[in-house]
Amino acid sequence: MSGPVELRSSQGAPHAAILGLGAYRPSRVVPNSEIVGRIDSTDEWVQQRSGIRERRWATEDETVQSMSVAASRVALERAGIDAAQIDCVVVATISHMMQTPAVATLIAHELGTEQAAAFDVSAACAGFCHGVAMAADFIRAGSARHVLVIGVEKLSEITNPDDRGSAFIFADGAGAMVMGPSDVAGVGPVVWGSDGEQYDLIRQREDWRDVLVAEEPVIPHLVMQGNAVFRWASFAMAKIGREAMDRAGVTPDQLDCFVPHQANMRITDAMARAMKLPAGVRIARDIAEQGNTSAASIPLALARMYDEGDAKSGDLALLIAFGAGLAYAAQVVRLP
Amino acid sequence: MATTEEIRADLAEITNEVAGTDTAHVQLDKSFIDDLDVDSLSMVEIVVACEEKFGVTIPDEEVKNLKTVGDAVAYIERAQG
Repeated sequence: MSGPVELRSSQGAPHAAILGLGAYRPSRVVPNSEIVGRIDSTDEWVQQRSGIRERRWATEDETVQSMSVAASRVALERAGIDAAQIDCVVVATISHMMQTPAVATLIAHELGTEQAAAFDVSAACAGFCHGVAMAADFIRAGSARHVLVIGVEKLSEITNPDDRGSAFIFADGAGAMVMGPSDVAGVGPVVWGSDGEQYDLIRQREDWRDVLVAEEPVIPHLVMQGNAVFRWASFAMAKIGREAMDRAGVTPDQLDCFVPHQANMRITDAMARAMKLPAGVRIARDIAEQGNTSAASIPLALARMYDEGDAKSGDLALLIAFGAGLAYAAQVVRLP
Repeated sequence: MATTEEIRADLAEITNEVAGTDTAHVQLDKSFIDDLDVDSLSMVEIVVACEEKFGVTIPDEEVKNLKTVGDAVAYIERAQG
């Protein structure tokens, strides 16, 4: 009699790192003037309240899949990685209207991966940082060697144009990162969690089954309790950001870039104040011209920082994402 | 225990930091929204800063009752007991 069969476990790379970044901004530029009429507001009020001057909305031809593929091709090219080398595709989104199969499978196929593992992550605005955390762990554990992490949303389809509290906030776009093995750490430990007790603060308005029996069926919109979200995001999340820096062994003065989810410029400002970030830390402010794109906002914001000279290869960036759930995730990364 | 004037002065500093309001204008009879140009989001920031500064808890549902600087000072005094 031999003993029980001993299973092998996988062995991965010593560390994971970000190898390339790509973004896709949809073609339609929507200024505040197009939004404010239906919510009895003004351009000035929207800017003062959110820092948003204009946002990008996708056309009918710009889909969750097409925007993801476009962003991913840029990320792959910048990383110098062929699609065939990607063995896992993680897509963070809440606005792919086909519940199954995961849009990640279509994206993996269209990009030309060799049947990469592919799935979607539902963590709303926090989704991209969840994806980065998982990808780093897959690479270190040996589950995958090169992972494509995508954040993508087409929130214009689930935004209520008559809701004063949210009509001006939400927008569309995609961002992608290629992650792979490295000899040095390129992704710090994730600090993440959720608070389901505050589930009501940001959510889909109603269950799809209730829509079916409504007199005038409309796609369930997003609803949000602005001030309560503001308080949680600005202050509870500042603590999470500091914890992510501590866990990565990075002090605020060593940080080059602060890239929070682009929820609202006022949240970004309040968070930076609460975290007492040194004046030299460059802060992502993509929301002014892009709007809040939920899972896509962090890679989109980073892409702008590169374009405008606020981020460069080798910089240390604190990423922090938060939203419905209330789910959150933060990590310090080395930029590619 | 801090006096009313000490709390008002600290609150004036906080309001200045958050909303850029001149500290001299932050007097007990002034309305945050109508007189000091503090909007509801800045009010949330002021409330959280007060919680830290004065060691009190000011729940969301209480914030709408704090219309004037005097309301806020009185609330903090009561909460400090």
